[in-house]
Amino acid sequence: MLAARTLQPRSVDALRDIVLCEPDMIARGNGRAYGDSAVNTAATIDMRRFNRMLAFDPATGQLVAEAGVLLGDIIAAFLPRGWFPMVTPGTKFVTLGGAIAADVHGKNHHKDGSFRACVDWIDVMGLDGDIRRCTPNDPTPLFDHTLGGMGLTGIILRAALRLRPVQSAWMRQTTIPAPNLKAAMAAFETAQDATYSVAWIDCLPTGSHLGRSLVMLAEHATPSDLSPDQKLDPFQINPKRKLSVPLDFPAFCLNRLTVRAFNALYYRAGAQKSGEQLVDWDSYFYPLDAILGWNRIYGSKGFVQFQCVLPLNRADSGLSALLNAIAKAGSPSFLSVLKRFGPQNSAFSFPMEGYTLALDFAVTPQTLALLDRLDQITLDHGGRFYLAKDSRMTADTLRASDRRVGDFTAHRDSLGLQSRFKSAQSERLAL
Amino acid sequence: MTKPLVLILGAGSDIAKAVAHHFAALGHPLQLAARNTAALQADQTDIALRYGVGVTVHAFDALAIQTHESFVTALPDLPEIAVCAVGLMGQQAENERDIQAACRVMRTNFEGPASILAVLANRFEARGNGTLVGISSVAGERGRATNYVYGAAKAGFTAFLSGLRNRLAKRGVHVVTVLPGFVATQMTVGMNLPAKLTAQPQDVARAIARAVERKTNILYVYPIWRLIMGIIRNIPEQVFKRMVL
Ligand SMILES: Cc1cc2nc3c(=O)[nH]c(=O)nc-3n(C[C@H](O)[C@H](O)[C@H](O)COP(=O)(O)OP(=O)(O)OC[C@H]3O[C@@H](n4cnc5c(N)ncnc54)[C@H](O)[C@@H]3O)c2cc1C
Ligand SMILES: NC(=O)c1ccc[n+]([C@@H]2O[C@H](COP(=O)([O-])OP(=O)(O)OC[C@H]3O[C@@H](n4cnc5c(N)ncnc54)[C@H](OP(=O)(O)O)[C@@H]3O)[C@@H](O)[C@H]2O)c1
Repeated sequence: MLAARTLQPRSVDALRDIVLCEPDMIARGNGRAYGDSAVNTAATIDMRRFNRMLAFDPATGQLVAEAGVLLGDIIAAFLPRGWFPMVTPGTKFVTLGGAIAADVHGKNHHKDGSFRACVDWIDVMGLDGDIRRCTPNDPTPLFDHTLGGMGLTGIILRAALRLRPVQSAWMRQTTIPAPNLKAAMAAFETAQDATYSVAWIDCLPTGSHLGRSLVMLAEHATPSDLSPDQKLDPFQINPKRKLSVPLDFPAFCLNRLTVRAFNALYYRAGAQKSGEQLVDWDSYFYPLDAILGWNRIYGSKGFVQFQCVLPLNRADSGLSALLNAIAKAGSPSFLSVLKRFGPQNSAFSFPMEGYTLALDFAVTPQTLALLDRLDQITLDHGGRFYLAKDSRMTADTLRASDRRVGDFTAHRDSLGLQSRFKSAQSERLAL
Repeated sequence: MTKPLVLILGAGSDIAKAVAHHFAALGHPLQLAARNTAALQADQTDIALRYGVGVTVHAFDALAIQTHESFVTALPDLPEIAVCAVGLMGQQAENERDIQAACRVMRTNFEGPASILAVLANRFEARGNGTLVGISSVAGERGRATNYVYGAAKAGFTAFLSGLRNRLAKRGVHVVTVLPGFVATQMTVGMNLPAKLTAQPQDVARAIARAVERKTNILYVYPIWRLIMGIIRNIPEQVFKRMVL
């Protein structure tokens, strides 16, 4: 981890002073990005003191909040009233600013798009210290480049986002065992109507079992799905009386005996006839939060992340090539997740229609060589990389993967942002 | 069933904000009082939205003691619990040179808080119940060269709270004296505090809510501070006066 000088402004005026006076800087949310995107050794601006919810309209579900509010705070405040974030990443310990800057995706991207889809407007402070409110329909590119812009277009201060009405705090989950990649992809394609879908992949088998997975589909449960007990207060989950703990992902993900654990779960899921279970929202959306603890600095334990997306028409061959390379290298990924993305058109966000694969390796010289190989395979198949997970890509790889880089840097250049808003990542990637 | 109403004086302080969130999360309605009410608007909305409790905001200056009676009279309801977080550290060096500055520190930490709690104490006594929480400081346990003006004022406030507790013990009114050690707030920002001895505002808030519930008399947020202050109080003056603390 780089040692960075951190500033903690508590008012808009204090923030403006920093923006006007510091030679260069970057905003930081809750530090859940795995790489170096929220780090500037000269001035890293901790935005977590801007953590107030400013307005809520129960008619539309629109919440206005400051950028340092955590998704977990929003759930704590609004789930009891029947609202849940429209889009959420796999941890609830992200700030609104971080979710916007990375334009995060959830397990419902194929259906609801990225975080951007629930954002009505954002307030962004520019280099002049002025605050501009921008919306998706603006003629200027500030909104488009800020969503997914990794903090490089200005400081997000406030946002209005729409929440999703839900009828309970429970999820109805269906697990489909898929013997190989082809079957897993077929399951995703058949389940286009499911609100949430995700697959946990076993990265070790080759040949006819390459890409063996558990595909999980889920819906927000309605009162009719609940037991009489749960119906009494559908938004209450009692952690001590969890009715059914589903597949115990976290244990198997981080357990080094990944293979054996996966096998056990795989056959257990296959043996269950319907594969349907009721799962509480926290275990369903955030299994990693429970074990990793929200105070831990992710990535500090010598893990390195990799996440790419491959366009739909090249996904099959691309994923096979990636999985073969991993199996051949013999360095298993402790946590391998496959997702189907729906269409997305945006200026600099990560998602595109196709399949995204997220991997988690222990850092060794072999894995670093493997990651270079995975970069190349992704490039060969027209894919690109998720900046929120990147800590090691080269500027050339980024440019080879994403033709939008030119427009993004031109936007930065035209506003003189390149020398002022910068992170360790933006320097490495020459953004 | 609504929970007891909580008045927070000096509501813009970091500790006070944590106290507000903590009580609101437990379901208590709040009255937030501070000099700068404009700065509290966003907190008012935030707390009301998050916890679904009623929150009102009131202008309050601890130094304007002639207004304290009317301030309490004008509150829409007399609170059941009142927490006073008003305080001012000041600069010891400046306090040595400038008696005006020193007086401001003494008045803000002692006269103002004592005045408002005296008014509330009489109202609570007349009603026959209530809890007063005064945030004083371990700095008041013994005067030290590095901040004795602040320490002296806090010592006065601590003694005042002790006397108030003694007076009201038989009248249904409880008084909690809070003696936080180091707390990471805007008051201590930039100071090099030992991490193990430094509480977060949320720790102080949790401890205060528990102290109110259990009718604790004297609250050291981290128990280690009771020990530290016990030792510091017992150092013979002959030795103490030569020490650099
Ligand atoms: C366990 C785990 C699971 C995850 N799962 C997913 C997932 O399923 N999908 C997904 O998309 N991501 C996922 N992520 C990544 C995470 O959602 C993103 O990295 C997110 O950006 C982190 O938000 P943060 O508040 O911690 O921001 P930080 O990590 O602090 O910052 C991330 C970026 O946002 C910028 N930023 C933060 N706040 C502001 C602001 N106020 N103004 C301007 N720029 C700002 C920073 O400069 C930086 O570039 C996961 C991460 C973890 C640790
Ligand atoms: N931080 C520590 O280590 C520590 C340790 C022991 C005890 N304490 C005590 O804890 C209490 C809270 O302090 P804190 O750490 O949270 O620091 P803080 O944020 O500086 O709080 C002090 C508060 O007192 C208010 N105040 C000052 N003069 C006032 C006046 N005349 N009228 C009304 N309000 C006034 C300030 O209001 P404005 O916003 O209007 O200035 C400020 O909100 C203080 O009594 C402090 O002495 C703190």
